[in-house]
Amino acid sequence: MNFFFHLGRYFLFIKNMFARPEKLSMYWRETTRQMIDIGIGSLIIVGLVSVFIGAVTAVQFAYQLGGSSIPKYYIGYIVRDIMIIELAPTFTCLALAGKVGSNIAAEIGGMRQKEQIDALEVMGVDTTAYLVLPKMIAAVVVIPMLVVISASLGMGGGYLACTFGNLVSDAEFMQGLRAFFEPYNIWMMEIKAFVFAFLLTSISCYQGFFVTGGSIELGRASTNAVVISNVLILLADYVLALLLT
Amino acid sequence: MIRIENIEKQFGEQRVLKGISTVFEEGKTNLIIGKSGAGKTVMLKILVGLIQPTSGTVWYGNTDFTALSTKQRKAIRTEMGMLFQGSALFDSMTVEENVRFPLDMFTKLTRKEKEIKVNKTLERVELTGSNLKYPSEVSGGMQKRVGIARAIILDPKFLFCDEPNSGLDPTTSMRIDELLHSITVENQMTTVINTHDMNSVMEIGDNINLLHLGELAWVGNCEEVMGSDNALLQDFIFASPFLKRLRDSFHANRNAQPGQSS
Repeated sequence: MNFFFHLGRYFLFIKNMFARPEKLSMYWRETTRQMIDIGIGSLIIVGLVSVFIGAVTAVQFAYQLGGSSIPKYYIGYIVRDIMIIELAPTFTCLALAGKVGSNIAAEIGGMRQKEQIDALEVMGVDTTAYLVLPKMIAAVVVIPMLVVISASLGMGGGYLACTFGNLVSDAEFMQGLRAFFEPYNIWMMEIKAFVFAFLLTSISCYQGFFVTGGSIELGRASTNAVVISNVLILLADYVLALLLT
Repeated sequence: MIRIENIEKQFGEQRVLKGISTVFEEGKTNLIIGKSGAGKTVMLKILVGLIQPTSGTVWYGNTDFTALSTKQRKAIRTEMGMLFQGSALFDSMTVEENVRFPLDMFTKLTRKEKEIKVNKTLERVELTGSNLKYPSEVSGGMQKRVGIARAIILDPKFLFCDEPNSGLDPTTSMRIDELLHSITVENQMTTVINTHDMNSVMEIGDNINLLHLGELAWVGNCEEVMGSDNALLQDFIFASPFLKRLRDSFHANRNAQPGQSS
């Protein structure tokens, strides 16, 4: 029963988000602020995660190739495709669910507890739209961009691991990066990024918006935002993999 | 004017408000008083539409506010201002940005016009020169005044205040009361204040509504408080031994000098 209650309330919450803005310029200002927060604020964590994941993928694939007859330039090819298709969108969004998701839930939950949401409501502001829509637009615009950066840095990490670790020559790695390229995979990456961004932002907003009680409940809402977002991102990843491949 | 009729509110099995009917008059400071748990905050939240009553009607003039949809309420809400117990200021905004927020959101004034209006309102609440401070950098009393400035910047017809004196020292508390009263009279607003501050009751209570266990126990004004023989009111107002002694001496004095009142 509880599950259906939350599911129903979540869909109503999403529906209410698409209300007519009271003033477009205020929404735009808030959207750009969120874009900077989510985009610039997450560059370091996304960069670090991506470089190391790319490097580890390269090292481990080189280990698996061992003395097999598979050409060594395949390392570059595998690193590229696995970053584009899977690791960049999924790992970036899992990391962002932790950083951005918990931040959103705590911010909105704090506003609820300090009666700031009530204050907006009494003024006549559509609180769901004003607090959630700018975050949602910012996330679905900026996170796919972060995912592109993540994929590029992952390939860079793979390249560094290969060349510094003498796993393959840089010419072979570059050859692999250019081999069997399928532009459709970029679409797949962006579709995943868009869906994951929507999920992690909407769930975090929902958790924060309906928080009740004190600091313990706020902490719980923040944790729930991360946990539920992560689980749903992984579930959506599987569904999208089935649908898109 | 705001009129409420037979307002009932139930949370599960608990009846918080039991058929309350009263009128909040224009140009007056209307107080809702009562002990903790009497239902004051619930009543105030019903008045502004943050809580839907189980039954009953809230009338703003001739408009049934409870029957309106959220979208329809927007028109009335632009005529409302509210001061929250914790001030509810936006932490990431400066004092000036907080006060300007309703202007940014609901008006088409130019930047210059907004600046003039914000400064005028800050001056009205005695906060000149605090424009660039953040809420965390000003005192509790100043935060309340920022909250009042934000609430009145759109010249509302209705002003609601939830415990405006809570957490303030007696002097600051009195200044907030004076400010609320003078703004009410100047702008001919309908002001509803939720309080259990005795000073507010005696100084600015133009129309006092005493709630007791969810029921309306007494209605009157500050001049009628001393003379009332309502036991619940007397228990509430003169709760401490000191105030009881003060009341007794007031009555003794009045009886000794018939025809005069102090």
